[in-house]
Amino acid sequence: MNAFHAKYQTEIEQILAKYPPERKRSAVMPLLFLAQRDDNYISPNELADIAEILEMSVTDVASVVGFYTLFYDQHEGRYRIQVCTDLPCALRGAETFFEALCKELGVSSGGTTPDGLFTIEEVKCLAACHRAPVFQVQGDGEIAYYENQTAETALQVIAALREKAVQEARSREGAA
Amino acid sequence: MSDQVYLLLRHREIPDLDRLEVYRQNEGFQGFEKALQMKPADVVQQVKDSGLRGRGGAGFPTGLKWSFLPNNLWPHYVVANADESEPGTFKDREILERNPLQFLEGLMIACYAVQANTGYIYLRGEFWQIAAWLDEKIAELEQAGLLGDRILGTDYSLRLYTHLGAGAYICGEETALLESLEGKLGQPRLRPPFPAVEGLYGKPTVINNVETLSNLPVILGKGNSFYRQYGTDRSPGTKIFCLSGRVNRPGNYELPLGRTFRELIYEHGGGILEDGKIKAIMSAGASSTLIVADEKALDTPMTYEMTDALGAPLGSASVIILDETVDMKWLVHKTVSFFRHESCGKCTPCREGTYWMNHITRRLNSGQPNPEDVELLVDVAREIQGKCLCALGEFSTMAVLSGIEKFRSDFNGS
Repeated sequence: MNAFHAKYQTEIEQILAKYPPERKRSAVMPLLFLAQRDDNYISPNELADIAEILEMSVTDVASVVGFYTLFYDQHEGRYRIQVCTDLPCALRGAETFFEALCKELGVSSGGTTPDGLFTIEEVKCLAACHRAPVFQVQGDGEIAYYENQTAETALQVIAALREKAVQEARSREGAA
Repeated sequence: MSDQVYLLLRHREIPDLDRLEVYRQNEGFQGFEKALQMKPADVVQQVKDSGLRGRGGAGFPTGLKWSFLPNNLWPHYVVANADESEPGTFKDREILERNPLQFLEGLMIACYAVQANTGYIYLRGEFWQIAAWLDEKIAELEQAGLLGDRILGTDYSLRLYTHLGAGAYICGEETALLESLEGKLGQPRLRPPFPAVEGLYGKPTVINNVETLSNLPVILGKGNSFYRQYGTDRSPGTKIFCLSGRVNRPGNYELPLGRTFRELIYEHGGGILEDGKIKAIMSAGASSTLIVADEKALDTPMTYEMTDALGAPLGSASVIILDETVDMKWLVHKTVSFFRHESCGKCTPCREGTYWMNHITRRLNSGQPNPEDVELLVDVAREIQGKCLCALGEFSTMAVLSGIEKFRSDFNGS
C-alpha cells in the first residue's frame, strides 16, 4: 500500500466501492479531489500513487489533471478566489467587480497575493447568474459560493479567511 | 408570483420538503411506489404518453429515449446529468439544493423503468456541497428501505452514487459525460453507437437531466391527465425558466410551457433594469440564436415548437435579457471566449474555429479592427457549422451569425 493509499485508506475504499471492480479508473477524479484536499494541489508523488492504485499510467492520470480546470498541479494561493465574468454575470457588473477586487488585493488576474494566501482568477459560469456578482472560494478541500457580492462584502470574506490562516499559524507556533 | 405553478419547485410552498418525513407527507414516493407495482414497459409507455420532453436543452421525448434500450444487453445504467454549466442556467441547482428528494424519486423511477440496478448522478465539481447533501439523502433512503436490496418487498434492487466532475462544460454533453465518468478526458464519442445501446462501460445507458427526472414523480403519481393540463399539446407540463441579464428580478420561474416572453420578462421579471429598453433575447443561454425583441417575439409562447416561429430553439430555457446598453460585438466576444475556453480540443473545426473566432472578436472590440474582420468572422463561423463531433462547435456560432445578421450596425465601424 503506497503512502497516499495509507493516508486515506477508508475514503479510498468507499470511493472504489461506487464503481464495478474492473472499472477502477472511474475513481480517478474523486481520488484527485482527495489528493487536493490538504494543500489545494496534486503533488507528483500523489499522482504516481493514484496511478498505482487505479492501475493507470502516470501520464494518463496527468492528462486528466490537465484537462479539468478544477485540478491543479502547481502550488499557488491556498485559496483560489474565482469570479465568474461570463455573459449573464457581466451584464450585472461582474467585470467591474473583478477589476475592483484585483485592485484592492494589489494583484492582476491570475496573480497571487504576496502572503501566498489568495490567487484571484476569472472563471466560467458557476450556475448563479441570477445572483451576480458571484465568486467561489476553492481551498481547504472545499468549494464555497458567495453571491450578490460587492467589492466590500468580498473583501470581508477575504479578511475572514486571512484571519483564519493567521490564527492557525499562531496555534501551530504555540504547539511548537 | 401567484400564477407560477409549482410541480417541481414545490419547496417554495412546502417548508422543509427536503426532509424525508415531510416529503412523504406531501405525496412523496407515491409515484415510485406506483411504478413498482407496474410492469417496467408500462412505466415507459406512460412517460411516452405524458409527452415529457428532455429539459436539458434538446427537448427529446423522454419515454422514447428510454424505449431505445435493448433488452438483450445487460446491465442497464441510468445517469442523471447534473453538470449544469450553460451560462444563464441555474435551475437544477435549486432543485438539488431545495427539493432533492423529488429529484431522487424521479431518478429511481427512471432506473426502474429501464431495469437499471445502478444509477449515477454526475454533478459539476462546483456542486461539491450538493453532492455531499445527496449522499446523506441517499443514505436515509437506504435506511428507509426505499433504496438498496429488494425495495419495499419487491424483487427490485437499486443503488445510487454521486460522482463529481471538475470544471468542464463539455461534460454536459452526454457522451463526454460518460467518458468522464469512466475516468477519461471529457471528450464526446463518435456516434453511432448511441448511449442507449453502448453507453457507460459499453452498456445500454439512459442519460437524463435533473429537471427532466424531477417531472417523473408528478407524472407517475398524479397521472397523465393531471400532467397534461399544463403546457401545450406538443410541450406538456411546466418548465423552469432561468431569467438573467438586464432585468429587475432575475431568478427561476416555474411556468406552464406556452406562456409568452412578455409575461416572463415584465410580469415575473419586473421589466428591464433602470427602465431601459429591451433589445434582444437569448432563450438557450450562451448557445442561443439571438432573438430581436420585437412585439412579435415578446408575444410568442415559450414552447419547444417556438423554433418554427422564431428560428430559435427554447433549449434549456435559460433566458438572458439584453437591453439597449448591450453592444452585440461585445456580446459575441463574451460567448465566443466561453466556447473557446470550453472546447475539448478533440475535433479540429471546433478547436481551431473557436480559437480564431475569439481572436477576431477580440480585435473587433479593440478599436483597431481590420476592415475585413466581420466578413472573416462570418466565414469562420460558417466553416465550423455542420462539421463538429458534438453540438458545442455548432453552439459557438449561434450568437455570432445571428448577431451579425440581425444587429449589423453594432459591428459597423468597429
